[in-house]
Amino acid sequence: MGLAKEHELHNRRRGRNLGVGLALVGLVALFFGLTVVKVKVLDPQIAAREASQ
Amino acid sequence: MTDTSVLDQENEAGFGDYVALLKPRVMSLVVFTALVGLLVAPVDVHPVIGFAAILFIAIGAGASGALNMWYDADIDRVMNRTKGRPVPSGKVAAEEAFAIGIALSGMAVVMLALAANILAAGLLAFTIFFYAVVYTMWLKRWTPQNIVIGGAAGAFPPMIGWAAATGGVSVESALMFALIFMWTPPHFWALALFMKDDYSNAGVPMLTVTHGRRVTRNHILAYTILLAPVALGLGMTSIGGPVYLVAALVMNLWFLKGALEIQRRPEAQVEADGYRTEKAFFRFSLYYLFLHFGMLLVEATLRGFGIGGW
Repeated sequence: MGLAKEHELHNRRRGRNLGVGLALVGLVALFFGLTVVKVKVLDPQIAAREASQ
Repeated sequence: MTDTSVLDQENEAGFGDYVALLKPRVMSLVVFTALVGLLVAPVDVHPVIGFAAILFIAIGAGASGALNMWYDADIDRVMNRTKGRPVPSGKVAAEEAFAIGIALSGMAVVMLALAANILAAGLLAFTIFFYAVVYTMWLKRWTPQNIVIGGAAGAFPPMIGWAAATGGVSVESALMFALIFMWTPPHFWALALFMKDDYSNAGVPMLTVTHGRRVTRNHILAYTILLAPVALGLGMTSIGGPVYLVAALVMNLWFLKGALEIQRRPEAQVEADGYRTEKAFFRFSLYYLFLHFGMLLVEATLRGFGIGGW
């Protein structure tokens, strides 16, 4: 059962949770992107192998 | 439930209050100058690496802002300009600001080292230390030269951006540092001239309070004169060029003219026109910095097309 009354405080808390959540998802995406770039694009061996294929 | 706890809940922080803790306006200047430092460097940076580097520099700058708000809550409470900040207004606890500052500092430095290189991360760590400890804890309440030395903290970002791209330090990055470093005193002292009561109420030894307004006006002129050769010298380096140099020449002449007017003004006239010249000089100082770095970016773009530069 949910709260009977929505308070302005609940909105504020929801905004805070959403903000932190989105920031964390953004960081996960960035770390994944960084990993891909570091491993594939910037590794000379892998880049050379892919270029020769 | 007591009345106090109800009041505490009413004052609970929203997400925006935590963003405010990171001083987003200062951060925007840091992002811009660091980005220019990274983009004008003669090395191609992968866009994802570049984005990550700028983000972590910005987070590091924000973290030092949070540490500053933790330590300075007592004086922020007294000054009109700062009493609405998250800690003095009671939205965020001082200890929480400290925890956020320390955690974000650590994350930003480690991640910048992994994304870019150790030198850039070391410079970022030093910048955070310099702003949070050297400026905030040692200089700000102790000497009227606080903003001169503290200005170094704001001057590091383009150097960090350059280091993230090249892995080194050079004449170019040192001159970008010097440009912001020499620009900071006239910029802040012009502000102090028309915000005088704020700083004296808070007991911060601003030059206007300790040595008077006449001395402050002289100092503004002196630093503006010293700033000009740095700005023009940057135009002679590999990241400068004719477009930058012409723009820098015009802006420095204009800035010098403003500083001369400020130096010559008697206080009676200042009171009468409500600090018009000082406010105009302060506003122009923002454009001054923005346009100098903007012109470096223009030169870099032109070089991409085979024109521009020397």
